[in-house]
Order: sequence, then C-alpha cells, then structure tokens
Amino acid sequence: MTNELLNELTFFVLAIFVGFEVISKVPTILHTPLMSGTNAIHGIILVGALLIAAGANSPVTIVLGLVAVTLATTNVVGGFVVTDRMLEMFKGRQAPKK
Amino acid sequence: MNTLLALAYLLAAVLFILGLKQLSSPKGARNGNFTAAAGMVIALGATIPLLHFTSAGIVIIAIGLVIGTVVGTVGARLVHMTAIPQMVALFNGVGGGAAALVAVAELMRLGVHPPFAEVFPSVFSIVIGSISFAGSMVAFSKLQELMTGTPITYPGQQIVNLLLAAAIVGFAVAVLAIASVPFSFLSLMVLALILGVAFVLPIGGADMPVVISLLNAATGLAVAASGFTLNNFALIVAGTLVGASGSLLTKLMSDAMGRSLANVLFGAFGQARAGIAAVAGGGQARNVRSASAEDLGTLLAYSQRVIIVPGYGLAVAQAQHAARELADVLEKRGVEVEYAIHPVAGRMPGHMNVLLAEANVPYEQLKEMDQVNDDFKNADVALIVGANDVVNPAARSTPGSPIYGMPILNADQAKNIIFMKRSMRPGFAGIDNELMFGPKTVMFFGDAKDSLTKLVSAVKAA
Repeated sequence: MTNELLNELTFFVLAIFVGFEVISKVPTILHTPLMSGTNAIHGIILVGALLIAAGANSPVTIVLGLVAVTLATTNVVGGFVVTDRMLEMFKGRQAPKK
Repeated sequence: MNTLLALAYLLAAVLFILGLKQLSSPKGARNGNFTAAAGMVIALGATIPLLHFTSAGIVIIAIGLVIGTVVGTVGARLVHMTAIPQMVALFNGVGGGAAALVAVAELMRLGVHPPFAEVFPSVFSIVIGSISFAGSMVAFSKLQELMTGTPITYPGQQIVNLLLAAAIVGFAVAVLAIASVPFSFLSLMVLALILGVAFVLPIGGADMPVVISLLNAATGLAVAASGFTLNNFALIVAGTLVGASGSLLTKLMSDAMGRSLANVLFGAFGQARAGIAAVAGGGQARNVRSASAEDLGTLLAYSQRVIIVPGYGLAVAQAQHAARELADVLEKRGVEVEYAIHPVAGRMPGHMNVLLAEANVPYEQLKEMDQVNDDFKNADVALIVGANDVVNPAARSTPGSPIYGMPILNADQAKNIIFMKRSMRPGFAGIDNELMFGPKTVMFFGDAKDSLTKLVSAVKAA
C-alpha cells in the first residue's frame, strides 16, 4: 500500500466519525434543510468533474466532461440556493411579530 | 500535492464541518449554509491551478458551469415551497450522475490495465452514483406526480431486484479481476441505473424523504470513492462527511416516522395496504357529519383554545397564509391558538415548519408533537387542515394497520374536531381514518385555502 493511499484511508475513516458526531443532535425541524445542505456539499464532485474535463481531448471525453461539469454545477449551485431558501424562512419566523 | 493546495483543501474541510455543525441548530442554520458554501468556493478555487486545459477542455468547462449555474439557480429560486423535496431529489441525482461519469472518465484516461487501487473505488463510484442518479429521478417523478406515487409492485419483485444486485456484484468482481476495457464499465453503469429505478419503484410517495436521504448519503460515498480514484483529498473528506452524516440523518428520519429503515425500503407499506383495503372496502358508505362555515365559525369564535394541525393538504393549497389569518382573527377575540406540528407533517420532516414560517407564523406558536400532545385534551377545537395519517388513531389501536406504532398527534382527545379535507380520499398510507367517523368530528369539505377563508369571514361575523 502506498503512503498516499494510507493517508487517504486515514482521512476517510476520520471523516466517517466526524460526520456521525457533527449532526448527532439535530432537531426534527432541521432534517430537511440539513439533508439539503449535505446534498450541496457532495456537489464537491465538481472538483473531480473539472479535473477530468480540463484535459478532454477526444469526442468521448469531451461529452463525458461536459455532462459531468454541467451536472455537478447544478448540484452545487442548486443545492446551496435551495437550502438558503428554506433557511431564509427560519429567520423570518424568529423575528418579533409585526 | 503542493502545500498551498493541501492547506486550501484543509480549510475547505474545516468549513464544511463547521457548516454542518451550524446547520444542526435553528439559530445558526442559515450561516451554516454560507459557511459550507464558502468552503466549496475555496475548494474549487484551489483546484484551478491543478487544471491543464486542452482547448476543448476550457470550452466545455465554461459551457458546463454556465448551464449548471443557470439551471441550479433558476430551479431553486422558482420552485414552490411545496415542491422542495423533489428539488432536493433532483439535485442529489445529478450529483450522483456526475460522480459516476467522473469515475468512468478517469478509468478511460488510465487505459487498459489501471492499478487495483484505482479500479476498485471507480467501480464503487460508478455503481453507487448510477443507482443514486436513477433512484433520485424516480423519487423526483413520484413527488412531482409525473408518475403514480403509490408503490409499483409485481410478483417476484424482490427476487428480480436481488438478481439485479447479484449481477452487478458479479460483473464488478469480473471487472476488478480482469481490469479491463471501458466498455465493461458502461455495462456496469447501465445495470446500476436499472437497479436504481427498480429499487425505488415499490416505495410509496410518503416514504420518499427517507429514500432521498439515503440516496443523498449514497452520493456522498460515491463522491468519496471518486476522490480515491483521482487522489483528491477534498472529494474524499467532503464525500465521506456527507455519506456518514447522511446515513445518520436517514436513520433519524425513519425513527421520526416510528419505523425501521428496512421497513421503509422493502415495501411493507405496500403489502399491508392490500389487506387493509379489503377490510375497509365495506366502510365506504359510512356516514360522516359535516357542517356549514357559519356553524364552525361560531364554534371557533367562542372557544378558549384551538389547536391547528396542518398537513400536506395545507401545503398543496398554499393555505399557510389563510391559516395564519384565521389564527389572527381568533387571537383578536382572545382565543388561544397553537399549531401542532407532527415530525413528518407535509412531505418531509421539518417541511411544515418551513411553510408556516413563510407565512410569518410566530415561532412560539409552533409546537412539536411532544410539547403539544398533552394539550389536546384541554383544547376546545382541534382544527385539522389537510392532515390525515398523522392523526389516525389506528396507529395506536390497530396492530394490523401499516401505520401501527407511528407516533401520532392526539387530536382525537380534543372536545371538538374539525376535519378539513378535500374529499374522503385516504392519506398517503392509503387507509381509512376512524377519526373522521368519530362522534366529536365534523367534516368540512373543500380546498384548504377556500375553506379557511370562509372560516375567517364566519369568525368575523360571529
């Protein structure tokens, strides 16, 4: 096993524990926004899509790259915007009644 | 990996974790989303120096970024609040699809005999990403009512799905053993897409939130796997965070429905329904009481305490503003008004809170189930607006019922129950609700918004 793979595995295992711990006490009302927020975070796949698209040099890789970048961008942008829209309303309801 | 890049990715990872932490508490939730978005911008920015553009590459990236940004922003901005669950499904699906495509492209770049450490995560990413993509699209179609929301089942379905899964595992092992040509990866992708569809078809519309959450976690893992293929730490850490927190969230969601995850996924709902429908068949001609808006307006106006139970019907009719208006006129007359929010009211946990917050309903009036359940017996009226299964006493009393064991709101304990519904049609769970036939219950048929508006005038006139 290479050093790099060992490092990656270490990050992977630690991230599992952090992922479990960080949301262990979440109230029901935040389930949907939290799901939507994590949904936006896995849009990080855009980094991967950029890496493969940048070097595209054949018809197949061009199509793959274009579709991957488009889908991943939709995931990131849509994910964060829709989460914000949900949470915008939580702010509204905490304001004192007019 | 150079130092600057590594530090930028580390910073991004920290921001993701802080963002998730803030997202788990009502106070910081909105900032949490910004924090996570900042992490994303940093991770993306740090990646740019890594890119060695071909002329085609720079063009397709520009086109992809523009299309994705427009589709994502417009979709997320224009969608109705009631349609948000399917929007999340859609955004999750495209992420899964992207993860699978990234893995395919990377394997093609690596050529005919890529090392095992690259092939294994790629195969994982292709399979899971494709399942997530196809499954999310079915979930989207079900919630958007492009297809029926009821479970689609046929004899031997479990066996077919099992065989599909076995075929994928077998194929994946073969691919790993002979580490071969791109064509085999595409076949694997097609099989996984079929399994994704087949897996979600037998699950009913009411259970889609749990499925979407599960597929969300799956996409996270697919992204992490793509990270192993590309040796990219940002993908590994962020993907794994989502995979882990998403799995936990999926469990929390099915707990809120009082059911196990296995029960949600493997169609127990659908199977139980046939039996119940047969039993309930004779009950269709039963009488219910209904009343005029004026009568109900008077009842409400002279109550001490009214608890409103909002459900999906309220959301569909966009009646949250009308509900608040009714609450306002009642409060002006000195009636105490609260909203009882079931954990799975609407289509997703927390969905109803979002809708009511949109109508500026004060936070203090929104009561979670545990806070409010003991208050029903002191309430003069429980006003049920487009909710059904969450107040069905069968969950307490009928062991054979598909919703047996689900925690419900004790609306049946109120002195009077006004049940506002469009029709006698059963709710998501597809079963009759005894409460509608109860001696204390009055039905008030009609679109939730119209009905509420009528009640507002009736209360004013009373």
